[in-house]
Amino acid sequence: MKKLLLGDEAVALGAINAGLSGVYAYPGTPSTEITEYIQGHPLAKERGIHSRWCTNEKTAMEAALGMSYAGKRALVCMKHVGMNVCADAFVNSAITGVKGGLIVLAADDPSMHSSQNEQDSRFYAKFALVPCLEPSNQQEAYDMMAYGFDLSERLGEPIVLRVVTRLAHSRAAVEVTEPKAEKLLSPATDQWVLLPGIARKKYVKLLEKQDAMKQASEESPYNKVETSARKTGILACGIAYNYVKEAVGSDANLVKISQYPLPEDKIKALAAKCDDLLVIEDGQPVVEELVKGLLGAGYPVKGRLTGDLPRTGELNPDNVAKALGKATGAVFAPAKNMAARPPQLCQGCGHRDVYAALNQVLADYPEHRVFGDIGCYTLGALPPFQALSSCVDMGASITMAKGAADAGLFPAVAIIGDSTFTHSGMTGLLDAVNDKANITVIISDNLTTGMTGGQDSAGTNKYEAICLGLGVEPEHVRVVVPLPKNMPEITRVIKEEIEYKGVSVIIPRRECIQTFARHARAKKH
Amino acid sequence: MKKDIILCGVGGQGILSIATIIGEAATKAGLFLKQAEVHGMSQRGGDVQSNLRLSTEPIWSDLIAEAGADLIISMEPMEAMRYLGYLSKEGRIVTSSKPFVNIPNYPDEDALQQELDTLPSIKLDIESVAKDCGNPRGANMVLLGMAAPFIGILSVENLREAIATVFSRKGEQVVEANLKAFDAGVKAGA
Repeated sequence: MKKLLLGDEAVALGAINAGLSGVYAYPGTPSTEITEYIQGHPLAKERGIHSRWCTNEKTAMEAALGMSYAGKRALVCMKHVGMNVCADAFVNSAITGVKGGLIVLAADDPSMHSSQNEQDSRFYAKFALVPCLEPSNQQEAYDMMAYGFDLSERLGEPIVLRVVTRLAHSRAAVEVTEPKAEKLLSPATDQWVLLPGIARKKYVKLLEKQDAMKQASEESPYNKVETSARKTGILACGIAYNYVKEAVGSDANLVKISQYPLPEDKIKALAAKCDDLLVIEDGQPVVEELVKGLLGAGYPVKGRLTGDLPRTGELNPDNVAKALGKATGAVFAPAKNMAARPPQLCQGCGHRDVYAALNQVLADYPEHRVFGDIGCYTLGALPPFQALSSCVDMGASITMAKGAADAGLFPAVAIIGDSTFTHSGMTGLLDAVNDKANITVIISDNLTTGMTGGQDSAGTNKYEAICLGLGVEPEHVRVVVPLPKNMPEITRVIKEEIEYKGVSVIIPRRECIQTFARHARAKKH
Repeated sequence: MKKDIILCGVGGQGILSIATIIGEAATKAGLFLKQAEVHGMSQRGGDVQSNLRLSTEPIWSDLIAEAGADLIISMEPMEAMRYLGYLSKEGRIVTSSKPFVNIPNYPDEDALQQELDTLPSIKLDIESVAKDCGNPRGANMVLLGMAAPFIGILSVENLREAIATVFSRKGEQVVEANLKAFDAGVKAGA
């Protein structure tokens, strides 16, 4: 049966039909739809497949490893920067090894459509010494879930499955197979205790598996060879393969690479019959660097590092066609009457009222800095508010404000969303409390994870209790309702808490207007 | 035979609903289809677009190449022109004529309309047409109706059926209202 599916949905359905027992994830573009699809799928409901959102990617990765330990198949999903958050658990899961199949899905975002960097998750797979699968289309994304779980169980290692935005958020018809049964509970019997004495042995075991991983790549049905008389050989990684086919059809001497570690024998064979190689890969020049090492300094290897393809940004049919000497170029000149239209906070959004009040109060403190965080409210950096000095990673608002306050900066204000606060802000707040840092923290609580489309937020109804539990003084945990009519009260509270020499937390709380409208519609029906 | 279509507008204007309907019709007609969407940050009042590729043969790329689009369907006139580099020599623009002004530096509206008139385009105040047929939220269906004859690879009837299927779970009234808006668009565009 064929089904029209987003790349993300193909991953989700592929996992369910491969006998998945639990998905563990924190929302993040472009990975969010995977978990949402599983949450809404009837078979997942019937089987009771775990799909509730996790507090962050680290808790997700660890819970999935626990499910794997118990013998069942688990999937962890995140955007690429989530790999940084779960890196400790992820890298060490390669040392413990796995029991039930474990797939770590990282959704990379070349061109930074909704992200702060272009980091390439294939580096993480190499770093942890585990295989990586990189589908070129929606069908492969579906098929690779069953394939990946089998591979994971055969090798006893986690598998990274790397997708990019253009696959995650593109639809195509997918041939769907019959669902397989879940694995039975059968906990691991060996010790997963990474004390040095045990870890050293396990690390050697992981190294001993490298040949089997390479062999699996050489034999993989996803690493295809195509031949023609052309003298430039092509290494087409993941979705790059589509752009190559679009440009030159079947007239290419190429190795399609969708499984790592690299199929070195296939690449050497291609190099032997060609004059040079062009590496086409979305993201960072991971393969280009490896192949240079593989073939030695004398063999010409072209790609992003040589300028044949742009060093930054995603691949597209045009830059790939250009690298292959096939570019066409635009017919029409760019329009003259044109302006950029950046995203903005919704009209009526509570974050707007928070920024309006904050800017009003801070006008009296010319030396102020506001340290921002990751979410819809990051848009407060743009006009009309232009309120933020920084936004780096999840939770960094509180800790950066603390560090700046330690250096003597005043007023140091942090603004963070409710979901981001429970993701990675709580530990930083504890540091601030223990140091009696002179900061004002605003937890702008819209009762949801707004930016990614309104997923449940892990700490809803618990924020005051969390702050008090971490030791913020009760009289400096203030709750306000961000509405234009409350502006006098909100500005007064902000002013008072800035003037307080210590940690204060202000919680402006009003539901996201998008989820509010959705709830109202659901009630009506 | 193939048709490469860029759907565009401002986040929240309903271009993904148009994509869903064309996708449904294409699937039913047994065509190959790829549809790249924009999710996430850009949906908040920023520019949004979707690349929709339909073909009787298998499709490789999810994205349309420069000078490759047969059709630009836009909910907003300036947004229609943002993707001019993708329009093919024989391509056509079908757009709403009414600017959506949510930025301080929106171009001069007369100059914008004049520039649009120099291009192979048809434009219509789709919001007024939608209001006139009693479905003010159906402007995107009016636009789809206007574009329907140019899609070619799918018939007007294919698209009507897809509208009925996509909206069926919202009830008969919603289906009828959207078909009415669609038909008004077909008529206005002809």
